[in-house]
Amino acid sequence: MSAIGDLSACEAAAAFARGDITARAAVDAIAARIERFQSRLNAYAATAVEDARERAEDLDRRRRRGEALGRLAGAVLAINDNFATARGVTACGSRMLAGYHAPYDAAAVARIVAAGGIIIGKTVMDEFAAGGTTETSAVGPARNPWDPSHTPGGAAGGGACAVAARLCHGGYGSDTDGSIRLPAAFCGITGLKPTYGRVSRYGLAACGSSLEQIGPFARDARDAALLLSAIAGHDPRDATSAPLPPPDCLVPPANLPRGLRIGFPRAGCERSCEPAVLASADDACAAFRALGARIAPLAMPLLEHAAACLRVIAAAEAASNLARLDGAHFGHRTAEKAPPGGDETEFLCAASRREGFGAEIKRRILLGTLVLSSGRYESCYAKALRVRRLIKEELERAFESCDLVLLPAAPAAPFKLGEKIADPAALLRLHVFTAGANLAGVPALSFPAGFAGGLPLGVQLLAPPFGEGLLLQAGHAFQQATDWHLRAPPGVAGEEDA
Amino acid sequence: MSVAELLTPAQVEAAARLARLLLNEGEAAAFAAQLAPILARVQALDELDTSNVAPLARLSPLANVLRPDEARPSLGADLALREAPDAAGGFFRVPRVLGEGGGA
Amino acid sequence: MTLPPAPKARLIVGLEIHVQLRTATKLFCGCAVRFGAPPNSLTCPVCLGHPGALPVLNREALRCAAKTAMALGCRILPRTSWDRKSYWYPDLPKNYQISQNEFPVGLEGAVELPRADGSVKTVRIRRVHLEEDAGKSLHDAPDATLVDLNRAGTALLEIVTAPDIASPEEAGDLAREIRRIVRYLGVADADMQKGHMRLEPNVNCAVELDGAEARTPIVEIKNLNSFRALEAAVAFEFERQTAAYLADPAYTLERRGKESRGWDEAALATFVQRRKEEAHEYRCFPDPDLAPYEWIAGELDELARETPELPQARRRRLARELGIGQGDALLIAEDRATGDLFEAAVAAGACPQTLAKHFINLWTRLAKDAGTTIAGLKLDAGALAELARLQTDGAVSATAARLIAEAMARTRAAPRALAQRLGLTRLSDRTALLPLVKEAIAANPKAAAQYRAGGGKAAKSLGFLQGRVMRLSGGRADPAVAAALLREELGPQLG
Repeated sequence: MSAIGDLSACEAAAAFARGDITARAAVDAIAARIERFQSRLNAYAATAVEDARERAEDLDRRRRRGEALGRLAGAVLAINDNFATARGVTACGSRMLAGYHAPYDAAAVARIVAAGGIIIGKTVMDEFAAGGTTETSAVGPARNPWDPSHTPGGAAGGGACAVAARLCHGGYGSDTDGSIRLPAAFCGITGLKPTYGRVSRYGLAACGSSLEQIGPFARDARDAALLLSAIAGHDPRDATSAPLPPPDCLVPPANLPRGLRIGFPRAGCERSCEPAVLASADDACAAFRALGARIAPLAMPLLEHAAACLRVIAAAEAASNLARLDGAHFGHRTAEKAPPGGDETEFLCAASRREGFGAEIKRRILLGTLVLSSGRYESCYAKALRVRRLIKEELERAFESCDLVLLPAAPAAPFKLGEKIADPAALLRLHVFTAGANLAGVPALSFPAGFAGGLPLGVQLLAPPFGEGLLLQAGHAFQQATDWHLRAPPGVAGEEDA
Repeated sequence: MSVAELLTPAQVEAAARLARLLLNEGEAAAFAAQLAPILARVQALDELDTSNVAPLARLSPLANVLRPDEARPSLGADLALREAPDAAGGFFRVPRVLGEGGGA
Repeated sequence: MTLPPAPKARLIVGLEIHVQLRTATKLFCGCAVRFGAPPNSLTCPVCLGHPGALPVLNREALRCAAKTAMALGCRILPRTSWDRKSYWYPDLPKNYQISQNEFPVGLEGAVELPRADGSVKTVRIRRVHLEEDAGKSLHDAPDATLVDLNRAGTALLEIVTAPDIASPEEAGDLAREIRRIVRYLGVADADMQKGHMRLEPNVNCAVELDGAEARTPIVEIKNLNSFRALEAAVAFEFERQTAAYLADPAYTLERRGKESRGWDEAALATFVQRRKEEAHEYRCFPDPDLAPYEWIAGELDELARETPELPQARRRRLARELGIGQGDALLIAEDRATGDLFEAAVAAGACPQTLAKHFINLWTRLAKDAGTTIAGLKLDAGALAELARLQTDGAVSATAARLIAEAMARTRAAPRALAQRLGLTRLSDRTALLPLVKEAIAANPKAAAQYRAGGGKAAKSLGFLQGRVMRLSGGRADPAVAAALLREELGPQLG
């Protein structure tokens, strides 16, 4: 058997259920690996090893008593730093919330725990999910386990890094603009952004409320199915949560449905991505063809506008969502005193925000404020909402002739930390392929599909709303026929636990 | 219009006041320069004819999500105030507010 | 010397009324709504605005809003939705308010106000929408503002009128009529003392001078908590704005736009409030967390069926069916239970006119003394009818009826029994009244002489003597019998 730390979430849960491993041993193995790699990779913003040990021992006791435990029991998991937890800090990658203890558990957290999952820590993310590299994180960037001088992608890069480096059996991130799929691609793992409404957003510190979903970081499609099944389903506390049962895709069939049609807008992709990325997408198409799928050409002319369209909407929503961080009720408050004669309350708020927010989130807040102001509302915000409808309709038309749409996950291979951070326009282009699924609310699965210069490349499949089952089946079939997802970053897999 | 003209430092300063954000020295100019290319990409959306397209603000096809008018336990004052940077006597404390009252 | 022509000024007022709905819980979370709880005890992640918390709409609040909008004659929008309105205030924890901008619950209604002369004034309603309330800021401490968020997130109904109000009294009448309506509907307690109803008039004037008409700036007076303050503040602004324009012809809407002023209750004056340049830049946009609401077929009909007869309809019916005057009807139909009590007493055989007099002259005062409404006195409709009947039948006088009513409010005994016990049954027996008549004449020789002298003062003197007899009888004397006896005893008049 593999080392306990190398197990996938499915394997860990199965081994625990059989009694081959104890949960305590699983936590210890993962904790030892975190101890060893954290300083090199900075995957975690905070760990809760002692809490995890207590919880593991409780699970072990309950298993010995023969209690029925949840499907995640035995799996040691990481969550993004923007999931509210009643224990520990929920900092959202920001100085503004450094030391902030939420007064409640997010719905997803409660479901993970109810399913027997052991949460060992919170992973590094770009500040309030604003970024594609984790470089805007207040606790420093996470690093790409394939080459620590490179970005793991963002915003939820720490989670992808942790799963790739075997610093957990699986993880959860949030995807506002590819924040799960980009880092999954950059780190060589499988990431799923579910349909908008599939997973409760209650307790997910909101950035782009109309765009984001919580989803899994996983070693493969099977793990993604397991991790999704634990958190999906209706929640009355989220008015945008769909009143549907979770998708039934725990163990996806290994073959593709007969006659599966996959649309691939190759020309549009070619304009927007590096040749190596296009080649990996071509290879993925070939692999699907070999599995019996039909690859259909597709025109998606609006693709190139998706990232800018999304940025306007996300910035507007973020500016509004982050207005609550004002130094009055929770979070950072400035120690500076207002200049004499000034409005002290206003100063307290404005100075706390100057100190608490980093440059990129400030840019997003300013952009969001600008596009919602009377001078630009119609030309920017309302325009983006109209283009959003066009993009959604374009995808809907694609799904009339295709079952799935294939796109690269990112336009480029992982790049060096620091390389693009000073170039906001280049960073925006990172999201060219991910934005569509968020704008339209459709599910998208990102999975490894090749390498360039020793660094992973990913592709993604998009499905119509609530098509997670088909997505995971296609991803699983692909992974039965390929081995990209089995490769581990150098120097992290196969280590002994003890 | 050149890209730089899409956003002036003065406009950034006005937005910062609206967003209650004090700027550091030189930030207004820097942010204007960094956001202008983004606004240029936004301006490119004008290529698309949306004259007969309704804005799409919410994705969820759901309507009519309501909750019954039944009380649920509140957090209580202690927990509500736990994270407060300053509190006294069960209240949040902020410097004295000037100007017009809040209220809806 | 000729004086310059007097300027003619006309008052233009629109009113924004915030009414706290009588729901058990807040608009978007399950926190209880309760007045007087310890500060910040009725709060949760949603109404504290913690990151990640999400709003879910209270069904009852939506129903109350629609009922009110329908009662105000509004068109109900088939699809209503929520927007975020951004402004910064420490008692608004999210620094945005969830409100309704684009698609409110109702649009374009009207309220009819009865006027003293019997005519009706119509004030148009622009919109009715739902929104969440802010918390409360206490400014008592010298160096700090204290914030209590118990009220934050409470369901508020905002009613906005067109600028159809032309006098301070009309502003008060409209606000009072809105209060009657929401109380009839049972959607709000509208207790002014508890801040359940807050009034914000937008006031300006059209001043005509030398044949040209100018408009003064529109002044919004914030957060008035009583009808009296509303009327006084509007009256004050009328004077102030007219004078300001006459002193400075640049004091116009075109030049100055809108202003915001507060009301100083002690000084009975408005004062300038500092308002930031960006105060009107609310950056409204659709709240992505809340689904729109689409009325389901039949749902609005059901709400309409639950809606009782409204004050103005009831007043009209009281006039039409029972001949009750508009002024009296206003009092009788003040609240639904009092109106019901009146109609039950009529059904129990009371003469409507006598009963109306009792409501206006007796019961209103007794209710006021007891700090309640007439219905709040908890008297039986049958008892009210019996008292009215005793007076109509001539068994007791009006004066006696008042004494009986007072005793009824105290003891809850039946009127007929009280009349007997208190010896208030009418004296129409001539032999019993004659000594009193003689005593009255003997004690007032001047009046007697004036009567006998005839002429203009005779009738008045007779009335005076009749009053003395009434007093001597403890209010029991039958006035007609007393008058007849007086005439007989005083003898013939001269002239």
